[in-house]
Amino acid sequence: MDRRSFLAACGIGAGGLLLPGFAGRAIAASQLTETIEVAVKKRLADAGLSAAAAAGSTYCDVRVGRYMRQFVITREANVQNIVNTESMGTGVRVIADGAWGFAATNVMTPEAVADAARLAVAIAKANAKNQTQPVQLAPTRGVGEVSWKTPIRRNAMEVPIAEKVELLLGVNAAATNAGANFVNSQLFLVNEQKYFASSDGSYIDQDVHRIWAPFTVTAIDQTTGKFRTRDGLSSPMGLGYEYMDGNVADQIVASNGVVSYGMSYDMTKDAIAAAEQAREKLTATSVRPGSYDLVLDPNHLGLTIHESVGHPLELDRVLGYEANYAGTSFATLDKRESRFQYGSDIVNIVADKTQRGSLGAVGYDDEGVQCKEWNLIEAGKLVDYQATRDQAHILGKTASDGCSYADSWSSVQFQRMANVSLKPGTTPMKVDDMIKNVENGIYILGRGSFSIDQQRYNAQFGGTLFYEIKNGEITKPLEDVAYQMRTPEFWNACSAICDESDYRMFGSFFDGKGQPSQVSAVSHGSSTTRFDGINVINTARSLG
Amino acid sequence: MSIMTEAEAKTILDKVIALSTADECTAQLGGSIDGNVRFALNNVSTSGVVTDTQLGVQVAFGKRVGTATINEFSDEALARVVRRAEDLAKLAPENPEFMPAVQRQTYRASNTWDAATAAITPENRAEIARASIDPCKAQNLIAAGFLNDGAGFTAFANSNGNFGYQRSTNLNYTCTVRTADGKGSGWVGRSLQNAGDFNVDSDIQVAMRKASASSEAQALEPGKYTVILEPAAAAGLISFMFNFFGARAADEGRSFLSKAGGGNKIGEQVFDPRVTFTADPWNAEAPVEPWDGDGLPRERMEFVKDGVVTNLNYGRYWAEKQGKEANATPGNLIMSGGTKSISELVRETERGILVTRTWYIRMVDPQTVLLTGLTRDGTFYIENGELKYPLKNFRFNESPVIMLNNIDELGRPVRVAGDESNLSMMIPPMRLRDFTFTSLSDAV
Repeated sequence: MDRRSFLAACGIGAGGLLLPGFAGRAIAASQLTETIEVAVKKRLADAGLSAAAAAGSTYCDVRVGRYMRQFVITREANVQNIVNTESMGTGVRVIADGAWGFAATNVMTPEAVADAARLAVAIAKANAKNQTQPVQLAPTRGVGEVSWKTPIRRNAMEVPIAEKVELLLGVNAAATNAGANFVNSQLFLVNEQKYFASSDGSYIDQDVHRIWAPFTVTAIDQTTGKFRTRDGLSSPMGLGYEYMDGNVADQIVASNGVVSYGMSYDMTKDAIAAAEQAREKLTATSVRPGSYDLVLDPNHLGLTIHESVGHPLELDRVLGYEANYAGTSFATLDKRESRFQYGSDIVNIVADKTQRGSLGAVGYDDEGVQCKEWNLIEAGKLVDYQATRDQAHILGKTASDGCSYADSWSSVQFQRMANVSLKPGTTPMKVDDMIKNVENGIYILGRGSFSIDQQRYNAQFGGTLFYEIKNGEITKPLEDVAYQMRTPEFWNACSAICDESDYRMFGSFFDGKGQPSQVSAVSHGSSTTRFDGINVINTARSLG
Repeated sequence: MSIMTEAEAKTILDKVIALSTADECTAQLGGSIDGNVRFALNNVSTSGVVTDTQLGVQVAFGKRVGTATINEFSDEALARVVRRAEDLAKLAPENPEFMPAVQRQTYRASNTWDAATAAITPENRAEIARASIDPCKAQNLIAAGFLNDGAGFTAFANSNGNFGYQRSTNLNYTCTVRTADGKGSGWVGRSLQNAGDFNVDSDIQVAMRKASASSEAQALEPGKYTVILEPAAAAGLISFMFNFFGARAADEGRSFLSKAGGGNKIGEQVFDPRVTFTADPWNAEAPVEPWDGDGLPRERMEFVKDGVVTNLNYGRYWAEKQGKEANATPGNLIMSGGTKSISELVRETERGILVTRTWYIRMVDPQTVLLTGLTRDGTFYIENGELKYPLKNFRFNESPVIMLNNIDELGRPVRVAGDESNLSMMIPPMRLRDFTFTSLSDAV
């Protein structure tokens, strides 16, 4: 849902763009590389902490944020839009009389932050009147003055616009020369400069970077009126512009020649392949519906993990806080007690906010908790959820999992998904080793359409590329493929996982949750994985 | 300053236009006060008020365009934002599809402002939350909901002397009610122009009745069924399809409205003859501003008349290239219907399925607009004009194009807000033949 509205906000499909849909003001590219002095942020934070304490808070955190985004949007030989935005301000969250209160201001003065803190305390006290139980906050040790930075090699905000435009127009030209009728390509760059301070004694300065380079190629057969698209096989990453280097060592080539990408992306090479594959799709065999063994590439499986494991194990959904919007979860608390068999015994799923290159990686979450890795599913059994400081006690935990995030200084932080990843197999196995044991299967790469119910049982997934597997060989491309699944049966049908040499990350740049809705970015790692006996439907229709 | 008067807005916009040295300049001011309250597990979880006013300035030197925005309005700030837009424009590559600012236009105002909606207070919102929660508590039901209301204005001017100003309000309420054992779930949604039309006491009863009645749902084999889609259930599919009414994609051969061999399907019978879609900024129940983001005046315009595609959305660049007249991007979508209520449609149904709401709708195949999604919060089996028993939810794989060729009867349109659409919509409840359910969902 979010990518569509996001693209609309960027001016794609909209008539004009005067006011960017995203919070923030448009700025010059040179301003994207500026930073605010830590001492200035600390002064603002201290003003908030003192004012909140004086007004009667028992806990306070202050987030001074500067959120920058750059979008470069092209089609064929045209640059459609270049937008730089900056959003800066301070959010203050407090507990007073046992209830939460929050207020935010875009005025960057100690007085304004103190006013926001006092307003937050007043709101908390008003909320306390109807509160049935006081907030219970899991303890977190203050860490003093620390800093963390995404380990990037090249700050994308420092790369000249001309270089980015040249890259995208080159990608478009390469795809067009290779037979594409149309090509749309974009660069989305994010830098979150976040300063967190709390009454626990933490002053945490973080500099977070993310990059995404998607494209869509369209091929048309004008005689029949048929058209097919092929999206890029990149993944949004928690990396700098070095992701665009296209290192050959980060490429994995399947036996049918399809190239997948790891920690580095060759956008031009992928665009040329996309043009050829989009044309191939126009005449590919329409799938025969039925039961197949599926071999799922990490850049496809990531979305399935996201929807069928990541979301149902978010504790606020499990408890019912998202019932009116995103929904609840089938993975109720009793299922953790009974160690519910979520998947087969080779399924081990971890949550983390620490993996290098992942979208979720930070040093500390948005309530000052140091990030970690922990198990959600061990040997197929449900063992844990994702929780924040005020939720930990519900699970009998004494510490938060570090899952708090806000998409802006002006949004109140709440529980968001960590990276949720499938651990690679422990037996050496490459993709070709896996495929040679499949008699009747389909190899699926890339993200396609996706839909899942509000308790995360029934899902349907498409993909970008589909290949028939017969008697251990990839035989031909297929089209009109979607698989339907029920979450526990699907994960219990997991029969093989490639080893860590095949491990790659999928990413979701705009995961939506909450009312008012907030976005977050999260990665899902896995190696190529096999699922047996999955129901595949044919999605071709005729409009007559 | 969140909601400026016309005079206040014009003073600022005139200053901006006068400050610019570019070949042309367009400035837009927008301000809003949005309030919300969210509740879950029969408690208020968050509530807030967000106020915001922004000025956007777009300038062009030849075909080089720059945009900058700001939320300060001092003379110095206005000079700064104009200079920043001009600096960006000078650095920007030429846009071959650049279209100059619109000439001076005449806009006919639409009635988008409701004083009662603009006057909603945090106390009113808390009261609406309480009025949603209390009856649920009394019947051992659990409410989770969201009320969002807003008041705002839009004003713009350009160096060709064009100017527009209008204020708008909106109110959206949704509530999901679940039984304490988690076996039943009901929902109600209300999108209104006038707060005076909102009756939370009766609306919450709808969600409560559906929650209680949907417990102990029975499984029905997936397949093709006669369905009655409530307006909210139909809106998600129809608004998705309406995203593809652009002329450019159709002419380029990448839309369901492209014609084999080239061209688009204007003039072709694509839907059942009872299908008529109109955009009309002056519609009494779903009015929208009388201009689009480009400043083009919106007109009442039929996109589909008696099942025939009569118009597509031509942006200014594509219209000029194709030798057509440009039309404004619509802000609303009015689907014609009949006079019957949902209850009347149910009473006249021998066998069928009533769908309250559809959820997580995604494109499966753009060639046919095949969509997938699920039913949610109240799915019932109808037999001999009565709701017989609740059904387990279904996944559907259906194209709105096919669905709107299988119409049995259309009821009285009501205003709905799609989960994922910015359009204000008037959509009728509809009884449809052969709606395709492909699997069952255990979700409640």
